[in-house]
Amino acid sequence: MAQNQPFVDIRHAQKSFGKVEVLKDISLTVERGQIVGIIGSSGSGKSTLLRAINDLDPLSGGEIWLDGVQVNKKLPHRQYEAHINALRQQVGMVFQHFNLFPHLSVRDNVTMAPMLLKNLSRAEANRLAEEQLDHVGMLERIEYYPSQLSGGQKQRVAIARALAMKPKLMLFDEATSALDPELVEEVNLVMKKLAEQHMTMIIVTHEMDFAASVCDRVLFMDKGVVVEEGPPQVIFKNPTQPRTREFLRKHIEGAS
Amino acid sequence: MDTELMLKVYPFFLQAAGLTIVLSVLTALLGLVCGALGAAARLSRFVILRFLGAAYVSVFRGTPALIQLFILYFGGPQIGIQLDAFQAGVIGLGVNAGAYMAETIRGAIIAVDRGQTEAARTLGLSRWQAMARVVLPQAARLMVRPLGVNLNMLIKATALVAAISVVELTYTAQRYIGSTYKPFEMFLLAGVLYMAIIYVTGRGVAWLDRRVRIH
Repeated sequence: MAQNQPFVDIRHAQKSFGKVEVLKDISLTVERGQIVGIIGSSGSGKSTLLRAINDLDPLSGGEIWLDGVQVNKKLPHRQYEAHINALRQQVGMVFQHFNLFPHLSVRDNVTMAPMLLKNLSRAEANRLAEEQLDHVGMLERIEYYPSQLSGGQKQRVAIARALAMKPKLMLFDEATSALDPELVEEVNLVMKKLAEQHMTMIIVTHEMDFAASVCDRVLFMDKGVVVEEGPPQVIFKNPTQPRTREFLRKHIEGAS
Repeated sequence: MDTELMLKVYPFFLQAAGLTIVLSVLTALLGLVCGALGAAARLSRFVILRFLGAAYVSVFRGTPALIQLFILYFGGPQIGIQLDAFQAGVIGLGVNAGAYMAETIRGAIIAVDRGQTEAARTLGLSRWQAMARVVLPQAARLMVRPLGVNLNMLIKATALVAAISVVELTYTAQRYIGSTYKPFEMFLLAGVLYMAIIYVTGRGVAWLDRRVRIH
């Protein structure tokens, strides 16, 4: 592995569902500590690209490298499972619909994976959970069940659950899209806090203001290709591509 | 209606109901084991196991339980399977009930949102860990009521083993009809006792369902 290889290195990613090509030869690099936003209309392939990074949606072609290790390397089934499970421990993911485990308390949602995968004792895991929940402002709800929480609270717990595995990369798949407007801000604040701590993040989002304020770089995707990428001030203020301009015009009109 | 006769014979019917309950419990346990294996086979990533699971379900749901019992009990000795009537009854009905339960269990597992598995796998849990820690605990709660329906059917299906002369409730009723010539009273008595067993079981299932529900 090359010394100067980017932290996340996506090379010629290609993905088809049947005859539909949803990712067309996408290459993308992310450096350690960078925050990359991906915007685009639904069906543009942005979630699929994100989900390819931890192999939830495996690519049809191309390579994904994370910190010098190829994510989607060809291995026999058992070895591949071991490889991907180890790798996923290092990549946190936050979903649009939270996907908290409803049968477990907030505490157990956070402690389960560290206890199971890192052999933490109950006491160690509890301390870790308390620390992570405090970080997202949810420590007071540690004994609650997911159904007793608001959407914003659920998402903050989901972030704490992901962070408890001490990931080196966080993926956010439209983390605030399912939230009532008044609950978006509390989740955004947690994400901003993570950004200040230099967590490497890839954020698929519909919120242009948020992307503009936290991302180092923004990609605009359309129909399976990256149409344009650059610093947020360029993408949002002076996009060069007509498709980007059209998307932003529609989106900002639609939002206001 | 000869109530005097009914009062005289009912202790024997109670005893027979006891055997019906034993049959039901054993059948249900065997059914659960077969059902769990059948569901696991149908959800396997190996095509051969999926095929075997599907074949099991369609064969045992596609033929009358009575024919299955007859094949096992009367036909068994021809192919070297020697079972007494009670054993044949439990095994025949249990394997039959398992085919229905397999579909119930599979349905409950499939009904757990895909996002649950994704979240678990994303944290690094293996396929099996995700199943054991996240999917099954939720599926178990979803399957209580439909398994209760299977149980209800199974209890009534134990009446079939009367046909291979296991002395349970239905067979007992038939025997007393032979000596009393009072089919109305005897079948009514048997029916009431079946009803009582089903009612208690139903309440038990409803109680369990309330207890395990995720609020």
